[in-house]
Amino acid sequence: MRMAETNEAGLIARILGGEKELFHELIRPYERMVYLTVFSILKNEADAEDGAQEAVISAYRHLSSFRGDAKFSTWLTTIAINEGRKRLRKAKSVAEDSIDEEVEGHEGDYSPAPLTDWREVPLEALERKELREALRGAVAELPGIYREIFILRDLEELNVEETAQALGITANVVKVRLHRARILLQKRLVPYLKTTAPARRGFFGRAL
Amino acid sequence: MKLKCKHVWEHISEYIDNSVDAKLREEIERHLEHCEICSAILDSTRNILVLTADERTFELPVGYSKRLHERLTKELEGSEKDSKKE
Ligand SMILES: [Zn+2]
Repeated sequence: MRMAETNEAGLIARILGGEKELFHELIRPYERMVYLTVFSILKNEADAEDGAQEAVISAYRHLSSFRGDAKFSTWLTTIAINEGRKRLRKAKSVAEDSIDEEVEGHEGDYSPAPLTDWREVPLEALERKELREALRGAVAELPGIYREIFILRDLEELNVEETAQALGITANVVKVRLHRARILLQKRLVPYLKTTAPARRGFFGRAL
Repeated sequence: MKLKCKHVWEHISEYIDNSVDAKLREEIERHLEHCEICSAILDSTRNILVLTADERTFELPVGYSKRLHERLTKELEGSEKDSKKE
């Protein structure tokens, strides 16, 4: 999967020992992960890039406090989450705990959209900007607590335990929120994806 | 006892992650064999996850990596000077 952990531990030791330029190498496999983590909170490309840079600099400055009891990727994700939340608070000028208090209610309909005629959308269809935008839009519309989990689990492929650790919540809460995130996306996107207006037939048919 | 559709929906996410126990998995699979709606829900959800996770969907801003490493180089040079001062 990712860079071997032993190799990583070795790199970290060398960086702390003075070979600072090796930090470039240490961070390279996680550039996308850091960006997506901050993006999952801020939903805006430019802000996410600034936040990602800040998170990476912060990770460099605090590298000596990395203890190795968590994976480096989880530790880095926590820093990125903190950076994203700090910026979100600044943008919203709201108190810290009002974000933390956002919890899932028991209300709300988390049933998927029932389907009868449905056709798989091939990966090739992603060449269409319209589809990519629809997918991004649907993720952006998720409530923050669901979007965060969805991006960590399904885009960055952190496991349940790592996600729980990075966000400071229980594994069970991760599972519940992920379930709701996926259902909300299915509901939001299925009607769009199953649109079979004649003008689009060639587009979906292309991959067949 | 036969599983109802609604009961299957409650476990879709865990089923996708392969984290339901063997007995429930078997019940869900038996249900899917004859329920077109639940099969379509499962497949469409999986389809959406595959599409969303594709790197083309959430692209990094153009030049992101280059700018990140430039910023990092500045930071490293800065800390180099600091440590020389000490
Ligand atoms: Zn069913």
